[in-house]
Amino acid sequence: MTIASLIDTPSELTDSASSKTAIVLMTRIRLARNLAGQPFPGWAKPAQRTAIFESCRAAVAATSPMKRGLDIEISDLSELERQILVERHLISRELSGAKADAGVVINKDQTFAVMINEEDHLRIQVLRAGFQLKKAWNAINELDTALEDSLDFAFSPTLGYLTACPTNVGTAMRASAMMHLPALVISNQMEKVVRAVNQLGMVVRGLFGEGSDASGSIFQISNQTTLGESEEDIIKRLGSVLQSIVEHELNAREKLLEADPAKLFDKIGRAHGILQNCHLLSSSEAMNLLSLIRLGIDLGAFHDADRSVIDRLLIEAQPGHLQHAQKREVEPGQRDLLRAARLRSEFANFTRPDFSFTNEKN
Amino acid sequence: MANPLKCDLCSKPATVHLTQIVNNKVHKVDLCEACAQAKGVTDPSGFSLADLLLKASLNPEQPVSGVRCEQCGFTQSDFKKHGRFGCPACYETFKGLIEPMLDNMHKGTVHTGKVPTRALERKSLYDRLTKLELDLTEAVKSERYEDAARTRDEINQVKQAVTQKPAR
Ligand SMILES: [Zn+2]
Ligand SMILES: [Zn+2]
Repeated sequence: MTIASLIDTPSELTDSASSKTAIVLMTRIRLARNLAGQPFPGWAKPAQRTAIFESCRAAVAATSPMKRGLDIEISDLSELERQILVERHLISRELSGAKADAGVVINKDQTFAVMINEEDHLRIQVLRAGFQLKKAWNAINELDTALEDSLDFAFSPTLGYLTACPTNVGTAMRASAMMHLPALVISNQMEKVVRAVNQLGMVVRGLFGEGSDASGSIFQISNQTTLGESEEDIIKRLGSVLQSIVEHELNAREKLLEADPAKLFDKIGRAHGILQNCHLLSSSEAMNLLSLIRLGIDLGAFHDADRSVIDRLLIEAQPGHLQHAQKREVEPGQRDLLRAARLRSEFANFTRPDFSFTNEKN
Repeated sequence: MANPLKCDLCSKPATVHLTQIVNNKVHKVDLCEACAQAKGVTDPSGFSLADLLLKASLNPEQPVSGVRCEQCGFTQSDFKKHGRFGCPACYETFKGLIEPMLDNMHKGTVHTGKVPTRALERKSLYDRLTKLELDLTEAVKSERYEDAARTRDEINQVKQAVTQKPAR
């Protein structure tokens, strides 16, 4: 598979979107692995890095899930191609800046991606649309076990899998879910949720933009600790935290509808109006508007089938994807113009919001 | 005032005290106002306590020992600079340094998760093979031919077991 054909194939995230994925958009698990007796990538000498890269790459590409996938060195990718892979969560920003002897192997349907010579020799990742922690764990566990046939991993009976950074040692597993939490954001409850989730040993991060500028109300929730608890226990605990966040979000939506429906409908209606008529649209405003439309879909103001359109646009409105669609690099100032044009045409035939569902309830 | 708490990152007086309790285990970080702001502790989109704990343990005011990893040449000051280790053996070399850190950072200090069983079995077979081959050389050299024959049989058995667990 070539990078061009991979980019033109919709990813796991952009493709499937049923109402099951309404609040949890995507589940992701990654495992860090290192070769026994070899220096970690950040400390290895160039010749060692090259040897590690080649042996990991061959081993990963030979596993059955990765057959006929993309197997590429980062230095062979253009700036834009790297950005697209970052936007699809297939490589990290750190790897996208790597110079030599670093790469990624991605399977055909983009559900598996294995980064080589990032912070650790291997960063194995599985992506699943929706709330699929257990399925994701089974899938990645199998791939990891298959890799054991050809690679000797650095492992200590007491400390588990040894990683470059001690924050990852043990299971070396980071399990996460991408959640859409607009009602918790609108009702100013996110701070409270973040604090509660932190207390439970989980981390919350805004997905688009750093810090409080979590545009699109999309957050990533993941486990913080990796040592002293089995993978299954971490997943079980994360799963129940996610479940309770889902319930809080649903409650918050309920409350918004009860307290001041006009205010909420106004937000959604205006988002629809802007998306149909805008001529300049920043990435962060686009995320926020799409998030409101997505909330409208969940509430029943638009067709359920349109959720997959929104999820695709959340990715395609990102700078890398936007420029790829134009088949050229575009100045940041020009991108807002392009983004507006793109979304305007997508929304030209998008049905108007219909809020009559609330009448049935009253 | 008796001994005010110092910021874990810069040693100024700490005014922000974070306590996180995970399954009866208390994790603590003390920060000054500026560091708390800079680390996004007050930020609703979240911060990572693990990252903070790691940085706190890298505080430059703490003394540095001259220990060097035999495998990769890594030193404790390298760790302070990078916040990452040099190689897997560093965990053993800097055991004293990281044990309290791991205890503070994680839920426990002992791994209870997945074990790479296939790789470990393969390794123990290879170790056994290496030892048997040494025994064989010894036996032949000292003309203990009965021992040599028995060792050769054992080697063949282990070799068979190895081919059943191939390293492709
Ligand atoms: Zn400070
Ligand atoms: Zn070392």
